[in-house]
Amino acid sequence: MSQATEADVSEDGVIESVSGPVVTAKDLDAKMNDVVYVGHEGLMGEVIEIEGDITTIQVYEETSAVAPGEPVENTGAPLSVDLGPGMLDAIYDGVQRPLDVLEEKMGSAFLDRGVDAPGIDLEKTWEFNPEVSEGDEVEAGDIIGIVPETPSIDHKVMVPPDSEGGEVVDVKSGDYSVEDTVVELDTGEEIRMRQEWPVRSQRPADEKQTPTEPLVSGQRILDGLFPIAKGGTAAIPGPFGSGKTVTQHQLAKWADADIVVYVGCGERGNEMTEVIEDFPELEDPKTGKPLMSRTCLIANTSNMPVAARESCIYTGITIAEYFRDMGYDVALMADSTSRWAEAMREISSRLEEMPGEEGYPAYLAARLAEFYERAGYFSNINGTEGSVSAIGAVSPPGGDFSEPVTQNTLRIVKTFWALDADLAERRHFPSINWNESYSLYRDQLDPWFEDNVEDDWSDQRQWAIDVLDEETELQEIVQLVGKDALPEDQQLTLEVARYLREAWLQQDAFHDVDTFCEPEKTYGILSAIRTFNDEAFEALDAGVPIEEINEVDAAPRLNRIGVQDEWESYIEELESDIQQQVRELY
Amino acid sequence: MQKEYQTITEISGPLVFAEVDEPVGYDEIVEIETPDGSTRRGQVLESTSDFVAIQVFEGTEGIDRNSSVRFLGETLQMKLTEDLLGRVLSGSGEPIDGGPEIEPDEERPIVGEAINPYSREYPEEFIQTGVSAIDGMNTLVRGQKLPIFSGSGLPHSDLALQIARQATVPEEDEAAEADDEEGSEFAVIFGAMGITQEEANEFMEDFERTGALERSVVFMNLADDPAVERTVTPRLALTTAEYLAFDKGYHVLVILTDMTNYCEALREIGAAREEVPGRRGYPGYMYTDLAQLYERAGRIEGQEGSVTQIPILTMPGDDDTHPIPDLTGYITEGQIMMDRDLNSQGVEPPVYVLPSLSRLMDDGIGEGLTREDHEDVANQMYAAYAEGEDLRDLVNIVGREALSERDNLYLDFADRFETEFVQQGFKTNRSLEETLDLGWDLLSTLPKQELNRVDEEFIETYYVEDEPAETVEAEE
Repeated sequence: MSQATEADVSEDGVIESVSGPVVTAKDLDAKMNDVVYVGHEGLMGEVIEIEGDITTIQVYEETSAVAPGEPVENTGAPLSVDLGPGMLDAIYDGVQRPLDVLEEKMGSAFLDRGVDAPGIDLEKTWEFNPEVSEGDEVEAGDIIGIVPETPSIDHKVMVPPDSEGGEVVDVKSGDYSVEDTVVELDTGEEIRMRQEWPVRSQRPADEKQTPTEPLVSGQRILDGLFPIAKGGTAAIPGPFGSGKTVTQHQLAKWADADIVVYVGCGERGNEMTEVIEDFPELEDPKTGKPLMSRTCLIANTSNMPVAARESCIYTGITIAEYFRDMGYDVALMADSTSRWAEAMREISSRLEEMPGEEGYPAYLAARLAEFYERAGYFSNINGTEGSVSAIGAVSPPGGDFSEPVTQNTLRIVKTFWALDADLAERRHFPSINWNESYSLYRDQLDPWFEDNVEDDWSDQRQWAIDVLDEETELQEIVQLVGKDALPEDQQLTLEVARYLREAWLQQDAFHDVDTFCEPEKTYGILSAIRTFNDEAFEALDAGVPIEEINEVDAAPRLNRIGVQDEWESYIEELESDIQQQVRELY
Repeated sequence: MQKEYQTITEISGPLVFAEVDEPVGYDEIVEIETPDGSTRRGQVLESTSDFVAIQVFEGTEGIDRNSSVRFLGETLQMKLTEDLLGRVLSGSGEPIDGGPEIEPDEERPIVGEAINPYSREYPEEFIQTGVSAIDGMNTLVRGQKLPIFSGSGLPHSDLALQIARQATVPEEDEAAEADDEEGSEFAVIFGAMGITQEEANEFMEDFERTGALERSVVFMNLADDPAVERTVTPRLALTTAEYLAFDKGYHVLVILTDMTNYCEALREIGAAREEVPGRRGYPGYMYTDLAQLYERAGRIEGQEGSVTQIPILTMPGDDDTHPIPDLTGYITEGQIMMDRDLNSQGVEPPVYVLPSLSRLMDDGIGEGLTREDHEDVANQMYAAYAEGEDLRDLVNIVGREALSERDNLYLDFADRFETEFVQQGFKTNRSLEETLDLGWDLLSTLPKQELNRVDEEFIETYYVEDEPAETVEAEE
């Protein structure tokens, strides 16, 4: 949480009523979305409605024992985050209070109330290497210095976007805290490493561009069939137990973004702990540095106050935009946006607003759209290019995709990864349904895959899609008459489709090797299956009975490519074995 | 501040509205004295400068406009002491076992504070329940919250009791034997909400017979007790659990039954307050409310004890998309599904493993934790059972003869999986070794090349060659 909000306390009011997280105050002189401190304990809250002399406040902390008549202080500033070196490797609650600092301040493993802490360490010094010198003209957004923040990320210190700019009259170099002035302008403006930004407004950028580069995830079904672009948007809806969180974790671990902002919104405490324990031990496949040094975590677990759950999504995307401004590719995972929507619903119903569909507020669609629109591939105001990719998990009640959050999300996002309880039940993971999912980025990303992986990337993929489609149709017949009643070529198609499912689409997130699959390997496995397909069909044409083809004992080894470290030589050997064994049949 | 008011303006269902002239804190405890001298306790649901809404725990019968209202100036507290072990308390925390009054060491508000995610320790200690369908396929670990999704008339109580009776942590057993007093002790907290007297008797008898009562604390809100009290019972139970776990170092297993009754009580209060209802009339904040219960499980870094939760709920109409199981499933770390068909086939416990899940399983099993082949065996059995289940539909249409030999193997596998692996009886305690070996016996009925989810090395070690001999049914 931003410190400046504490500085200039203005008007005071008194509490009029308390009902859960919603408090009304009388005689409070406040603007919409101002941050206020409520009651004797100074609980943090935000103004969400003003009517006559009554101001309605949503409180980010538990309100037990708060009584009417207690004071309310207005800070006069909207909910803002602290931006500067020290955000990577950190873990925040929904209003950017660092959880490790809270533990220390509260002296307990349980979250107490009324304790505030700055979002970034104000005392710690950082090595500031200036990029400008005296006499240079700078404008809003310009990079004025570099701070080596973590082993993998250089933090770029920028002129705040709301600055007027001017000529540099003084530049510092060396170790400074985020509160020290590092650059002074002729306008008298003192620029520090720390800046603030209100979470509910988008940070300015020059232009949004069409993304053409994929966010490579290392997950075969995603890269292979349903890729997302850097700067793209994706939704992962699925009933409980279908693997939303694992998929989000996999993306947070292996996606080739520079920065990952992971927002645990209203989810399980143990899951966040898993991330905190796992990430520091994992290596970024690209840089070999610990994953944690490119990650910022925001954890608002389901039992933490509901109003802070509403704000954590905004806190996350604002931090993501800040890194985008430095020219980085940022991936933002929000798990789960349904909990965010429910927080809106809960607050809205306490305000007795007229409900829309299923009790959600009428502005649900607008808020969702607003959030996903903050993602994109941007030309920044300082001339760099950066992206924010937003990937939101959705938890539809009863797994029913026709509910408002899923539907309103689908109207916005361009990639849809539909998780399927049936697949999860048979332990087909990731349980992404290949018939229902789609990616609208496929065509615009194909050139990249063709240039960087293999020329016939899109042809091979189309072949896989065709086989899987055909399988779906055939399965309907099989359900009625059994597999053996099908003609031999269709039986073989089913066999090939089985390998596509088991060897290619399935991927073991918990296997050391299989957890990450580079696009080349994704392609390699696919073409190995294709080799089997082509050889087998040729044999079938030559009159070899299907039973004999099914007995080819090299074929089941396709299922083991995923776990091979030395996959290239393994595939080579396997392909020649398949070739040899099938050709021996005729 | 013990001012008394005789200003009740409205009584509606479980709610009482009264005018006040001094501020009253949100969530504060209220005592209402009826003209005939009885007292009821309640809690402030909404407080404004001139009136308050009070939710009365013990029902509003007999309260009239002349009843006096007293605000106690504090929120609801639980009286805590280690001596609670062995006691039976009412749903609002008063002793009902005829024993002495509770002499608390400490009192704590029952609305627990959230555990800082940073301070948590990730649960990965395997708990052996002795139930194959759980240990083998949906492993429970310390600090997990794993509900049982059941239906009315299914033996979920028997399964819960079996787990409470048999649960051990294998390695710690040895450690405890080595240096007797040092090992953390195990305690059971039982929170009953709206269960029938008969069910309650069943639990109590089992607790007494097995001697489990002395390491248990029982909270009893029966079906004929006031519904609103049910919203307090689990919070009292969990406050006690947290105290025993994180102050006294116990490993606490909390069994809450039946969460469906709890949610009904929430809905009743919501309706009385004329709130905008969410799905099926349940309040829109039910997710948050349930999370505030379920999330009170876990481990804390640097602390001895742990809180493991097994909430039980009956799915109305066996429908797992009903808001209660649905919201629960989104919060808890998996679920154990009971199945009516398996129950009528006489499978004990009737756990349907396909939709069951333990999210923390992957990190709690494997080499050094359980056995190296555990994960692979579980995955392979899931896949094989799922395939067998699919084929059953087909058999109904085309008959068994029309299926290939491979298909028939899978059908047999599915049958034996149910009758030998899942079926074990509520009295049988199987060790993990027995469970996994039994798993291998079944898997060995399939050809080796079908076992594509098992590491080749493990197939080498564990695959039972030739026709497997008679499977050994583990007996107690």
